[in-house]
Amino acid sequence: MNEAVPWPLPGPATGHVPVLRLGDVLLVTLQGDLYDSTAEQLQRDLAEAIARSGAAGVVIDVSGVDVVDSFLGRILAEIAGQARLLAARTVLVGMRPAVAITLVELGLTLPGLRTALSTEAAMELLTGRAWPARSGGRHRGSP
Amino acid sequence: MDTAAGAQARLPIRSDMDLMWVRQHVRQMAAALGFGLVDQTKLVTAASELARNTLVYGGGGTMETTPLAEGGTPGLRLTFRDEGPGIADLEQALQDGFTSGEGLGMGLGGARRLVHEFAIESSPGAGTTVRVTSWVGRPPLRREEV
Ligand SMILES: Nc1ncnc2c1ncn2[C@@H]1O[C@H](COP(=O)(O)OP(=O)(O)OP(=O)(O)O)[C@@H](O)[C@H]1O
Ligand SMILES: [Mg+2]
Repeated sequence: MNEAVPWPLPGPATGHVPVLRLGDVLLVTLQGDLYDSTAEQLQRDLAEAIARSGAAGVVIDVSGVDVVDSFLGRILAEIAGQARLLAARTVLVGMRPAVAITLVELGLTLPGLRTALSTEAAMELLTGRAWPARSGGRHRGSP
Repeated sequence: MDTAAGAQARLPIRSDMDLMWVRQHVRQMAAALGFGLVDQTKLVTAASELARNTLVYGGGGTMETTPLAEGGTPGLRLTFRDEGPGIADLEQALQDGFTSGEGLGMGLGGARRLVHEFAIESSPGAGTTVRVTSWVGRPPLRREEV
């Protein structure tokens, strides 16, 4: 890129968030600040990916996110809601303490979203077996 | 006013790209003024709520940032202004869960809980101005106060 770089630099994931597949689980990593439109695009992409793959769960790594406002909170809750309709569960991983404290003050409870401390713990929660594990049939722990 | 955190600044709010600039600008100013990480996050989140309202309901506008100092305590004031349709019933708009759009209706009430001082002025046809202020090192408001 040889044009002038605007200040401040947008976060690295401003444009598109990739959805990775790990066995039965879809994995998404949010990094930096997101455009509203990027978050909405992710919501659509995930609905399609869950429907297509029949995934049992979705893991969203938010450890790189330093602000969750009511807009992003609503998108995350809606992702969990649409995943549930498609028989998949959603787990948030690595929320920063400052973000969690702020969400409580803001009044957002994020219904339907479970949280886990690590991606491995989330995978275990969703697949009912220790991760990493051999690939195998769909196998879900009790809710 | 000129302080270590820089002078007053005004940013446009016309697109979701501008919302990112607002968040980053408030984050940098709050950090430079000495706000801790949790308080920075609260201010940035409040700014994001108010800036999005300015964009979505106010049809765009501006945010002004003013660094303050009161008795040696640094503070930051953010003023959001638009010339949109205004708010007819402020009390209703501030209620958790009220939305005229497709939001959660948590933005105004939530932003008020995240700052130390909150003032809103609006009337139908005359646009909306929301001014919030927070001070470094001051404990958060108790729930009963908001
Ligand atoms: N700048 C504004 N101009 C006109 N109306 C506004 C403005 N800001 C807020 N409102 C009105 O107040 C209502 C409540 O705002 P609030 O931010 O609390 O919720 P929301 O924006 O609808 O949803 P959320 O912020 O949770 O995504 C809005 O739905 C809108 O009707
Ligand atoms: Mg709002």
